[in-house]
Amino acid sequence: MADQPKTAEPGRTGLSPRKKQQVSRGIQYVVLAAALVAVVLYADWASLAQNFAKIDVARAALPELFTIALRNTIIYTIGGFVFAFVVGLLLALMRLSQVRPYRWIAILYIEIFRGLPALLIFLLIVFLPLALPGFEVPFGTYGQGILGLGLVGAAYQAEIFRAGLQAVPKGQTEAARSLGMSATRAQVTVVIPQAIRMVIPPTTNQFVALLKDSSLVLFLGVSGEYVELAKFGNDLASQYANATPIMVAGVTYLIVTIPLGYLASRLEGRKGRKR
Amino acid sequence: MTHAIELRDLHKYFGRNEVLKGIDMTVDPGQVVCVIGPSGSGKSTLLRCVNLLETPTRGQVFVEGVEVTHPDVDIDAVRRRIGMVFQQFNLFPHMTALQNVMIAQQRVLKRGKKEAEVVARDNLDKVGVGAKCDALPGQLSGGQQQRVAIARALAMNPSLMLFDEPTSALDPELVGDVLTVMRKLAEEGMTMLVVTHEMGFARQVADRVVFMDGGVIVEDGVPAQVIGDPQQERTRAFLHRVLHPEE
Ligand SMILES: Nc1ncnc2c1ncn2[C@@H]1O[C@H](COP(=O)(O)OP(=O)(O)OP(=O)(O)O)[C@@H](O)[C@H]1O
Ligand SMILES: [Mg+2]
Repeated sequence: MADQPKTAEPGRTGLSPRKKQQVSRGIQYVVLAAALVAVVLYADWASLAQNFAKIDVARAALPELFTIALRNTIIYTIGGFVFAFVVGLLLALMRLSQVRPYRWIAILYIEIFRGLPALLIFLLIVFLPLALPGFEVPFGTYGQGILGLGLVGAAYQAEIFRAGLQAVPKGQTEAARSLGMSATRAQVTVVIPQAIRMVIPPTTNQFVALLKDSSLVLFLGVSGEYVELAKFGNDLASQYANATPIMVAGVTYLIVTIPLGYLASRLEGRKGRKR
Repeated sequence: MTHAIELRDLHKYFGRNEVLKGIDMTVDPGQVVCVIGPSGSGKSTLLRCVNLLETPTRGQVFVEGVEVTHPDVDIDAVRRRIGMVFQQFNLFPHMTALQNVMIAQQRVLKRGKKEAEVVARDNLDKVGVGAKCDALPGQLSGGQQQRVAIARALAMNPSLMLFDEPTSALDPELVGDVLTVMRKLAEEGMTMLVVTHEMGFARQVADRVVFMDGGVIVEDGVPAQVIGDPQQERTRAFLHRVLHPEE
């Protein structure tokens, strides 16, 4: 470090490091206060409230906000999550396989679906029936949304599982094999259960990411009973020419995502302590 | 008589590194053979070649007269007859002690749950951890974990047992419990191939002691000879280091 020693050198500036710290903190408070004053003075509060937090518009969102929009968000998310979980595990096992072509396929998939914007996948899904005449995604709109989320989520989940599988010590497989278990049997009874336990925290975060990405269902051109939170908020906002429904949808997302985020870090902490 | 284990001109390379340089040795049924030698001499590799956790590069391994290095052999079936105990225990941390001892019985030997549990409890009792059936490995001391690992291997009714430094990861005061269990096994006539640094155990329990250095067997004989009156300078130097570490 090029810094001077941390011990006080009163001769230099006349201020001890401790004093300097106090001054610096004081300045930060002053800047913050100034910014707050500026916001309070210059923002048009009446107009903001009118456009972003209008009570009767918010009320119009009920009860469909929960009975349709949140419900659908959860359906898309859980469906996509289950898809991503299963395909992700499969991809991770392929990625670690001894069979080289399996590894290539898994790497190709993971790189492509992590490298593309999720939005692009959803836009492509809309064109799927054109590309594959006669093909229809099962379960209609739900199926399309779940497919989009699942395809993207699987790539991320695969990398999570790969880290988990690699974190299981080699001795575990050796112990299982030395008891006469086949390679597959050892994976299924010994390695995968431990890997799944290890990846619960990052998987919870991945669930939150999918929940947010479920807003991309908007681009599938859904309507009526299929709308999820973002589309629902956007439609109502257009109808009332008012942003309040979008705010309401946002708050609804946060009610779900923030607790899940805390849960993930709690689980992470518990895992950390066990070590 | 067929040997329990027979190694013929066994070679093992890791890349270009020749770790076993032509090993010939036998273990007869009911014998206890201890393998000693400095770190890196290839003891673990030798042991792991017997149940094919490592694939020998050249040479043959016979277990009870069957060549297990033959390409047509069913490796899983071979391993079922060979119990293995590791330095790091390698218990399955997501299962209780009881489940650890039951799982391979159920999945590999296809024993019913009831039978597997009876066998598991018997073996856990036998190694002195019968009271810890419902504990997870993380809740057990090293000595208890290692004894559960021994019970797990025994529950498969192996005809021989491999031990790779079973007490090296243990606190000194816990070593005795594990050695007592191994001594009991030896008395019951179990065939055992044991890599160990416990010279007292080797001297008292082993029928033969094999000293390895640099990937070859330097000396092979009864304990009184190999430990008590070593013929080779390398053996003498090694024993001196092990028995008088403070010098
Ligand atoms: N999987 C492996 N890949 C590459 N080299 C290995 C591998 N396993 C062992 N070796 C090397 O082979 C040599 C012998 O190892 P081995 O574990 O058999 O020795 P050891 O006698 O058991 O030693 P220790 O007393 O330390 O356990 C060492 O030089 C080691 O680095
Ligand atoms: Mg070793």
